[in-house]
Amino acid sequence: MLQQIEGSYAVAEAVAMCMPEVVAAYPITPQTHIVEHIGELVKAGKVGSCEYINVDSEFSAMSACIGSSVMGARTYTATASQGLLFMMEAVYNASGLGLPIVMTLGNRSIGAPINIWNDHTDALAARDSGWIQLFVETNQQAVDVHIQAFKLAEAISLPVMVCMDGFVLTHAYERIDMPDKSQVESFLPPFVPKQKLDPDQPVSIGAMVGPEAFTEVRYLAHHKQLEALEIIDDIGEEFAELFGRSSGGLVSCFDCGDADTIVIAAGSVVGTIKSVIKDMRDEGHSIGVVSIRSMRPFPRFKLAKVLQKAKRVIVFEKAFSVGVGGVLALDVQWALHNYSLPLYSVIGGLGGRSITRASLRKLFDKGLRDQLPQTHFLDLDIDAVNRELARERSGDRSGPAAENIVRDLGVVSAAKTS
Amino acid sequence: MTDKVKGFSVYDSEDSPQRLKFYQTGTLTVGNRLLDAKLRTVQATKERANAITSGHRACQGCGEALGARYAVDAAMLACDGKLVATNATGCLEVFTTPYPETAWQLPWIHSLFGNTPAVATGMAAALKAKGQTDIRVLAQGGDGGTADIGFGCLSGMFERNDDVLYICYNNQAYMNTGVQRSSQTPGAARTATTMPVGPEPGNVFGTGKYLPAIAMAHEIPYVATASIHHLHDLEAKVHKAMSMRGARYIEILVTCPLGWGSAPADTIKVARLAVETGLWPLIEAEHGELTGSHQLERPRPVEDYLKLQRRFAHVFKPGNEWELDNLQALADRNIRRYGLK
Ligand SMILES: Cc1ncc(C[n+]2csc(CCOP(=O)(O)OP(=O)(O)O)c2C)c(N)n1
Ligand code: SF4
Ligand SMILES: [Mg+2]
Repeated sequence: MLQQIEGSYAVAEAVAMCMPEVVAAYPITPQTHIVEHIGELVKAGKVGSCEYINVDSEFSAMSACIGSSVMGARTYTATASQGLLFMMEAVYNASGLGLPIVMTLGNRSIGAPINIWNDHTDALAARDSGWIQLFVETNQQAVDVHIQAFKLAEAISLPVMVCMDGFVLTHAYERIDMPDKSQVESFLPPFVPKQKLDPDQPVSIGAMVGPEAFTEVRYLAHHKQLEALEIIDDIGEEFAELFGRSSGGLVSCFDCGDADTIVIAAGSVVGTIKSVIKDMRDEGHSIGVVSIRSMRPFPRFKLAKVLQKAKRVIVFEKAFSVGVGGVLALDVQWALHNYSLPLYSVIGGLGGRSITRASLRKLFDKGLRDQLPQTHFLDLDIDAVNRELARERSGDRSGPAAENIVRDLGVVSAAKTS
Repeated sequence: MTDKVKGFSVYDSEDSPQRLKFYQTGTLTVGNRLLDAKLRTVQATKERANAITSGHRACQGCGEALGARYAVDAAMLACDGKLVATNATGCLEVFTTPYPETAWQLPWIHSLFGNTPAVATGMAAALKAKGQTDIRVLAQGGDGGTADIGFGCLSGMFERNDDVLYICYNNQAYMNTGVQRSSQTPGAARTATTMPVGPEPGNVFGTGKYLPAIAMAHEIPYVATASIHHLHDLEAKVHKAMSMRGARYIEILVTCPLGWGSAPADTIKVARLAVETGLWPLIEAEHGELTGSHQLERPRPVEDYLKLQRRFAHVFKPGNEWELDNLQALADRNIRRYGLK
């Protein structure tokens, strides 16, 4: 049924249709609307006998999810940014234990400086945690992918993180085709845990493993993620058949069949990129975009196939590894190691900076002419950075660098909540 | 029973009065064999779950192993074996495993060092959602896992009154990592991070926390302290805790021969003296109100307790008398505060 609805509300409704038995969450912008609404649905008795736990921190949230999941209950949580980092020890533990928890990540930057707006630094900080990480471009996908996430997690007994851009998606009102609960029921089988704490069949879970077997246990997790490369596509197709729209899968391509230049990106920015590409196509340029839907497992071979005929690749990402540069760019480069394609790594949209069509157009025009440096920060005011470096070199106590740069740029802060 | 132990759960029950009182000479304890049959602590019975079975790797004379064995078996008995347990990282977790061996005969999970109360919260929530509240949840941790790194999770679990029995095995330091100070390490005690050097040898006074009082401040249904020298009392407290719902907390003082520098053969004696000096009060509280405290027949001087442990050896050196005085003052304060006499 079509509805004009906020992204967070839609996700909450979709998760509720999946009938989690336990939800444990701690509020953080921009995730709050999701958990508030789920909390309300649970309290109103609309999610069966589901328990909503108002925990004392994200660390407790993920830990309670571990306890719940290991009792064989379908378990959900949501967080963002600082919250993900605060729970990180438990995030690794959940995947190490092989517990099929589903978590929404309302992508937000990580401080300091504290910043509540969107980028992908949080998700990429957890990329090695053993969780499956799915990115969505639109709120329709956010709804659909959450339903698929439960199926995927429970099928392979690994946790799944659905990454949706903070504010850009979580707080956007859009027309969404909301699924029927009965449809969801026929798509998502009941949760049959692969392991659980059961007095009738006592087992010890989470004991120590030494060097003799650690590699094999960890490799198994890797193997399962590689298997997921197929399962993610299968579940995506199954979903498309039943619900009449396609929104899952490992990657999605737009205009890239014959494209000389292929842009690679993840999340909502793909929408903006598409609209720029449409214009460029109309003008006769050969350009397309690949949206990375599954960041982990990384669809290396599928991507290589899509990219092999291109002449150049521009990887656009909203995060970077300080001291190296693009993170997604490195993964893509690895996917392309058999092909000698020029690869440009572009970092933009950090801490919610707008990614305008105009800047993207300029960027792609330069890319088409192979005039981009290997690593490029979109719309970076390098002079402001240089002025701060000069202040620091002046020999005086130059003070907090972040404040200096904000003053230097003469901007007025727009922060209200955190 | 005499008024000396009134309000004390072992002796509370009307149908099991202990009419005669026999004290062992010297230790002034009531001997097990002199108790009424149903008040006796029995090592091996058919009913005993042996939830932590033999073959684990605890040190000789480990009080934590003994405390856990009795506590868990009492909990198992109280719920007809329908118990699931979680365990913080620490000695208990390490010496009962690693894979492929496990001493645990009940469903058991170790997740992390600092998240045990929250894992238990999740377990209890799942059971409630599934309508399986006949299965009970037990959480366990050391003093470090409980009072320090897991403190936030613990307070949250208490405050929400989640249906969990949390048992803390307090050996007064981080033993598993090699005897470093925790916030439950007593003043003057030597640990690897509070060495007996400088003007204040050992752990400094005026620091640390008494977690049972903090638990009481949460006004949870039940809080108790116990000691491994008095296993029957320990079992009775676990039993009482299991008869209730909501958040319940029991802290057991457990001798650690390795960390305390005591002889393995003295484990019970040391634990007894901790209680009989007043340094480890045995108390019970319901909803934040003290409901019982174990009376001290004749409080012993703290020296009797301290001299059995090398971690306190320096307090007997000339110039350190003030440390001894401080420890005696702490015992005296406990006796006043908890009405032990
Ligand atoms: C986050 C984290 N920090 C530190 C450790 C190391 N560590 C493991 S057990 C332990 C001490 C345990 O002390 P306690 O809780 O008192 O239990 P005990 O071993 O004394 O029974 C420490 C510091 C860890 N495993 N995880
Ligand atoms: S170090 Fe102490 S607590 Fe740990 S096993 Fe040995 S005696 Fe027990
Ligand atoms: Mg300890």
